[in-house]
Amino acid sequence: MKHSKLSIILRGLIKENPVLVLVLGTCPTLAISTSVTAAIGMGLAATAVLICSNMAISALRKAIPDQVRIPCYIVLIAGFVSVVSMVLEAYAYSLYESLGVYLSLIVVNCIILGRAEMFANKNTVLDSALDGVGMGLGFTLALTAMAVIREVFGSGTFCGMPIPWLSDNPISILSMAPGGFCIFGCMIALVNKLTKGRKVSAEGGCAGCPAAASCKGKECESK
Amino acid sequence: MKLALVTILTAAITNNYVLVKFLGICPFLGVSKKLDQATGMSLAVIFVQLMATAVTWPIYHFLLAGKIDFTYMETVVFILVIAALVQLVEIILKRYLPGLHASLGVYLPLITTNCAVLGVTVNNIRDGLGFMDSMLTSLGCGLGFFLAMVLFSGVRSRVAVAKPPKSFEGLPITLISAAIVSLSFFGFAGIITNLFG
Repeated sequence: MKHSKLSIILRGLIKENPVLVLVLGTCPTLAISTSVTAAIGMGLAATAVLICSNMAISALRKAIPDQVRIPCYIVLIAGFVSVVSMVLEAYAYSLYESLGVYLSLIVVNCIILGRAEMFANKNTVLDSALDGVGMGLGFTLALTAMAVIREVFGSGTFCGMPIPWLSDNPISILSMAPGGFCIFGCMIALVNKLTKGRKVSAEGGCAGCPAAASCKGKECESK
Repeated sequence: MKLALVTILTAAITNNYVLVKFLGICPFLGVSKKLDQATGMSLAVIFVQLMATAVTWPIYHFLLAGKIDFTYMETVVFILVIAALVQLVEIILKRYLPGLHASLGVYLPLITTNCAVLGVTVNNIRDGLGFMDSMLTSLGCGLGFFLAMVLFSGVRSRVAVAKPPKSFEGLPITLISAAIVSLSFFGFAGIITNLFG
C-alpha cells in the first residue's frame, strides 16, 4: 500500500470520514453532539487516543501474536484512555464533567479499534500516526458539525452563548435523543447525495467493523 | 420490592440505554434486522451485563478503592474483566450447554466492544450504587436493550419493504426510524412516578 503522506490525512477528513462514511463511533457522536464545546473536546480527546494507540499498535505490530491481538489492542487503548482522562480531570475539569462516562467509553469506540485493525497493524509508525490525525480530525469535524446544528437550533446557543431570537424559540427536540438520530440520518443522507452514492464500500463494510475479526463475516449484518 | 421494580423499570424504560442514553448503538443498528438475531443478541447482553456487574462491583470497591487508591485503573481493569468474562462464558457455554452456545455463541464476541456493557458497569460506580441496586440497574438496562432491539427489529421489517428517496436508502432511513422509536420512549417519561407514586 503506497500513499502520499498528505493523502493519508485528507482521506480521514473527507473521503473516508469515520463517522459519516465508514459509520463508526456512532454512540459518542449521538450522545455528545448536544454542545459544541463538548463535541470539540470529545473529538480532540479521541484524536489524542487514536494517534497514540495507532502509533503504539503499529510499532508493536510484529510483536503482538495474531490470535490475541484484539485483547492486546484493547489494553493498549484503555491505557491511553486512562491517561487522557486523567489529563482532562487535572486541567479541564468542566470538560471532564460534561463528557462523563463517554470519556471512558472511548475504549470501546469502534473508530479506534477499527483503525487499529484496518490500518495500524499493516503500516509504518509514521503513516499510522498520520492516519490517526486524519481520522481523529474527521471525527471531530463530523461531531462538531452535528453539534453546531443541534446546539444552535436545539437550545439556541453557540458554545454556551445565547443567540438572539433562536434562544427564545429553541426546537428542543433536536437536543434530545430523537433529534440526534434524525440529524445523524439526514447528515449521512446528505453525504450520500453529495458523493452520489459512491460509497467507499471496499473498506467500509465488514472490514470496518471491529468485530469482523471475531465474527469472520458470518454474522456481520451491518452491510 | 416496589423500590426494586422502580429501579428496574427506570433503567429499562425512562433511562433506556439505547434510545435515551445512546449506548450500544452499533449492535442496535447492526443486528436488529431480524427478530431472532435481535433476541439472541439481547439475551447475550443481559447475561453478560449481569455477570460483569457482579464481578466489577466487588473488584472496584474491595480492590481498586481499597486502602491504596487505584481507581484510575478503572477503565483498564473493567474492559479486561469484561473481555475475559465474555471469553469464559463462551467456553463454559460451549462445553456444558452446546444448545445455548449454538444460538448465543455468535453474539458473544461482539459484546466485548458493546459500549452498553462497559457503560453500565462504569455508570453504576459513578452513581455510587450499592451492590443490589447495581444488579437491578444492570438487569433493567439489559431488559431495556432487549425491548429496544425487539421493537426496532419490528419497525425495520416494515421499513425494509418501503421505498425511501435514493440518498436515504440503507442507514439514513434506519436512523430516522430509530428517531421515531426513540420519540415513543419519551411518552413513558412520567409513567413510573405515576404508577408507583
